[in-house]
Amino acid sequence: MKKKKTLDRIVLASESEFPMMPMSLGTMHYNRTGAWRNIKPVIELDKCIQCGICWKFCPDVSIVIRDEYPVVDYDYCKGCGICAEECPSKCIAMVEEEK
Amino acid sequence: MKKDKTMKLSLPIEEYMGPGHLACQGCGAALAMRFALKALGPKTAFCFPACCWSVIDGPFPHSSLDVSIFHCAFETAAATASGLKAGLEMVGDKETTVVAWAGDGGTFDIGIQALSGAAERNEDIIYICYDNEAYMNTGIQRSSATPYGAWTTTTPVKHFKSRPKKDIDAIMAAHRIPYQATASISYAEDLVKKVKKAKGIRGTRFLHIYAPCPAGWKSRPEDTIKLSRLAVQTGIFPIFEMENGENCVLNIKVKERKPVKDYIRLQGRFRHLTEDEVQRIQDDVDARWARLTKMCGA
Amino acid sequence: MKKVIMGNHALSWGAQLGRAQVIAAYPITPQTQVVELLSEMCASHSLDAKFIKVESEHSAMAALLGASIAGARTFTATSSHGLALMHELLHWAAIGRLPVVMGNINRALAPGWSIWADQNDSLSQRDTGWMQYYCASNQEVLDTTIQAFKVSEALAIPSMIMLDAFALSHTYEVVDIPDQDKVDAYLPPFRPKLRLSSDDPHAFGGLTSPEHYFELRYKQQKDMERAPALIEETGKEYEKMFGRRLDLVEDYMCSGAEIVFITSGTAGYTARVAVDALRQEGIKAGNLRMRVFRPFPFAIVREIAGRAGRVAVVDRNLSWGCHGIFYQEVKSALYGHTNGLPVFGYVAGLGGRDITPQTFKDIARDALKRKLPAEEIVWIGVKR
Repeated sequence: MKKKKTLDRIVLASESEFPMMPMSLGTMHYNRTGAWRNIKPVIELDKCIQCGICWKFCPDVSIVIRDEYPVVDYDYCKGCGICAEECPSKCIAMVEEEK
Repeated sequence: MKKDKTMKLSLPIEEYMGPGHLACQGCGAALAMRFALKALGPKTAFCFPACCWSVIDGPFPHSSLDVSIFHCAFETAAATASGLKAGLEMVGDKETTVVAWAGDGGTFDIGIQALSGAAERNEDIIYICYDNEAYMNTGIQRSSATPYGAWTTTTPVKHFKSRPKKDIDAIMAAHRIPYQATASISYAEDLVKKVKKAKGIRGTRFLHIYAPCPAGWKSRPEDTIKLSRLAVQTGIFPIFEMENGENCVLNIKVKERKPVKDYIRLQGRFRHLTEDEVQRIQDDVDARWARLTKMCGA
Repeated sequence: MKKVIMGNHALSWGAQLGRAQVIAAYPITPQTQVVELLSEMCASHSLDAKFIKVESEHSAMAALLGASIAGARTFTATSSHGLALMHELLHWAAIGRLPVVMGNINRALAPGWSIWADQNDSLSQRDTGWMQYYCASNQEVLDTTIQAFKVSEALAIPSMIMLDAFALSHTYEVVDIPDQDKVDAYLPPFRPKLRLSSDDPHAFGGLTSPEHYFELRYKQQKDMERAPALIEETGKEYEKMFGRRLDLVEDYMCSGAEIVFITSGTAGYTARVAVDALRQEGIKAGNLRMRVFRPFPFAIVREIAGRAGRVAVVDRNLSWGCHGIFYQEVKSALYGHTNGLPVFGYVAGLGGRDITPQTFKDIARDALKRKLPAEEIVWIGVKR
């Protein structure tokens, strides 16, 4: 029963589908924690100095590096604001989520 | 707009933790894990006693980590890890690093017997305590790691924590274990280096990681890194390492320590303190710093 | 190879022959000889195991849970307060489906300090989900230990094996110690289907909501219900290889008996002496010694006890505020299955007070003088 990357919550419909002991069968990717936030980080790439600090300090593994630049994964970003606070060139703005 | 520069990251890029986990916004413990995993790699098995990470990882049948976790009872992190290591070796796996990963509650208080026992026997485990200075998982009750002056639900403002923080590092040094160190998530490179170093040593290795908790400290989520940096720069949480209870080395040398009030004023849990009480904290930090620097020959 | 050994050492031999791989134990009177011999066995490499000399029984069980999830065969021994200290983790072992095997020397609980025979320690753990065996001879202890590894691992349910303090733990008897290679043929290495391996990472025991907990427990109970049949089958296999048979219960002259004692532990052997004496006096007595208490062997108890004129359950224990524990459970098992069979309950031998053939004679006299029990607890031997 290898654990797999799951984008949907695993549903166990009958006791026969359960493992004998409570053990994980999938990842937490189904849980899109982006829904938690009220404010979101917006990176101004013009001013970005590619230091990697925002990527480093994200507790939610929600900043990935793509083409040598940080990119926010809004599916999971909780809007904690650490990236904006730590950015040395102050190029990340925390912006209100649209309702 | 596009620069030709390649990003040079100060930490390995590989992640062994996925998003979607249940940590609060700005959680120091989540970052501590993310960094530790970068040093530990995939051949790692954790024992989690009751602590925030029991919940952060996610509910059955899901888990946010790409390594094995054995959830265990609150007092037992070090004992379970000792057994897990013995069991793995007996079934032929001598490679997997076994790590007891516990909060301050499961380390300083209810788990201290098992930790002391394992350390005295020099069990071949890494014990990592992520310290957010209270029983946060159960809703912010005081632990012996709660610092003097802090509000918690069991040390309300009129009866704030009057005893000093238990010196777990001195306790571990008394066990003369091969390696121990403190680390802070704001000095991530130092943290990763230390976990890597610990991984290469046999016997009991103890890491004490400072992990701010916005929910429990009543601080802003975005200040988590700033707080863990200030804790180091004020001397409240010095960063050092030791071997066999001696050879103390101060890793982050702070020439001019910042005043503790810079750190305190960012946290609601200290808001009620008078100037005298803050001064008392400053005096205590000054005294501890003097002792430590003398011991480290810094 | 026949050797004269003490009950405690029969446990150690069982663990050695069973090739336990990780042992974690803390000393407590009267278990100490179990772990002392195991230490020597590990040191001399007659047993290839890691012995973690933990700092408490709670840590002992914790360490074994870690070792067991890694796929190692695990063993420990304790008694009384040591078992009580492990309580939290006994639940963890059973619900976590970890087949730890443990010897428990039945010793009274404090205060005041008592080191003598009493069954409250193990019986107060009867709801934790462990299989429970009550032994009456050193040979049975050794044979049961080996069989317990096999049954526990097949079902992923832990087992505890009981010996009465001093009466069995320290009594020396002749034990036929089987050859290692014969035991190896009977008991293959532990190869669990689900285990912790960094090649196939999982989180074990995470947060389980009401949506899932119920089904996990359902599965646990269903597997435990398979145990009586499996214990019998495993026992028959053992008989084929080693010539000795152990069943869920031991029936001594119960057929046609007007009074059947229901006993456990060493009292179960003492009862046989009394049965012989009573039969000499013309009283058709019999003894049903319960070897397996969890899972409760309903079918066989109903079958044997159901044919008796009356049943006298003898408890070396008591559930305070209620009655003797074997008494309660036997009565409940017989309810609805045996028409009006009188079940008498006796409490004797608490805290190591001696149980002798005379004890059983007194019980028989009491039970036979009335049609139905007058009280639910008849105290035998209390100074009043």
